[in-house]
Amino acid sequence: MTHLAYCLAAWLFAVGLYGVVTSRNMVHLIICLSVVQSSTYALLLAIGYRAGAAAPVFADIPSGTPAVDPVVQALMLTDVVVEVTIMALLLALAVLAYERTGKLDPNDLGMIRG
Amino acid sequence: MRPLVRLGLFLVSTAVFAGIFVAALFDLHPLGHADPLSATYGDLVNSLTVPERHITDAVTAVNFDFRGFDTLGEEFIMFASVLGAALLLRKHADESAGPPIDKQQGRQITLASDAVRLLSVALVSPAVLFGIYVVTHGQVTPGGGFQGGVILASAPLLIYVSGEFHSLRRVAPRWLVEAAESIGAGGYVVIGAAGLLSANAFLHNFLPLGRPGDVFSGGSVALIDLTVGLEVAGGFILLLLVFLEEVLVLRDPI
Repeated sequence: MTHLAYCLAAWLFAVGLYGVVTSRNMVHLIICLSVVQSSTYALLLAIGYRAGAAAPVFADIPSGTPAVDPVVQALMLTDVVVEVTIMALLLALAVLAYERTGKLDPNDLGMIRG
Repeated sequence: MRPLVRLGLFLVSTAVFAGIFVAALFDLHPLGHADPLSATYGDLVNSLTVPERHITDAVTAVNFDFRGFDTLGEEFIMFASVLGAALLLRKHADESAGPPIDKQQGRQITLASDAVRLLSVALVSPAVLFGIYVVTHGQVTPGGGFQGGVILASAPLLIYVSGEFHSLRRVAPRWLVEAAESIGAGGYVVIGAAGLLSANAFLHNFLPLGRPGDVFSGGSVALIDLTVGLEVAGGFILLLLVFLEEVLVLRDPI
């Protein structure tokens, strides 16, 4: 049970990747990619967690109280915002691909046209 | 590649990954008991953030001070991808300039119900106020430019939900949103350069640190929070605008 959070990260990664591999629709593929990415959030937060420690905010607790690792939380927080904009970029590509080819299935996009 | 071959490849590599992962689990420290060696950095940040930086939220201190240069890079990833989406979805020469045509002809246009319209209008000003609060209090309590910027960007979305696309365009015209995003992204660099001028180090704090727990604390971190909030809000609203312009059938205002 002590490794449950790490297993959750691995499971999210695998299930997202399965979705990417078997995807028949580009929008579905992009959402699967975000599931893969959310596995990094679970992993980072699990690494930074300290048993019995407080949140790393010293506004109402004295400085020096044991707190969880703020570095991984900071990494995750910027990543969440950046991920959404990357998803938007990918969705824009999907919109363009659909406009050009009329298809949303990534398997049908094998041919490259000039 | 045939889908079945691809699936087979996926299953084989997942099995290999699962094997390595389970083997690695035995070497990991159990949840909540980090490797004392790797925990040093986080603990150091936790113990230094209040006495040295007068910032009570250690996460903000990491983002905009201890690792401020990294965040500048992250911010420009965001800037570049918003710019990329806007570029991809711009009007092409071969696209008709007229109002977009509904692909599915003759569908019933359902208007938002009165309850939805009233509630979303009522939520606009609390969203703006809460967004500004989260942006400006990043150095004191959980929050900061990234989180507050997203909350601020939800206000125009609420306007869209409550009314029509036209009112959204009136409240958040494209030039204003683009200016906010650019000023936000550039402002971070300017603040960094100011540190370079005053103390020979990029992003060096050049403002008085203030009292820990005060809104005006943290020196230039508070300023960076504002610029990041501006950039994130601008970027998200710009994304909203370009996607709506691309896919939305413009209806006449009722």
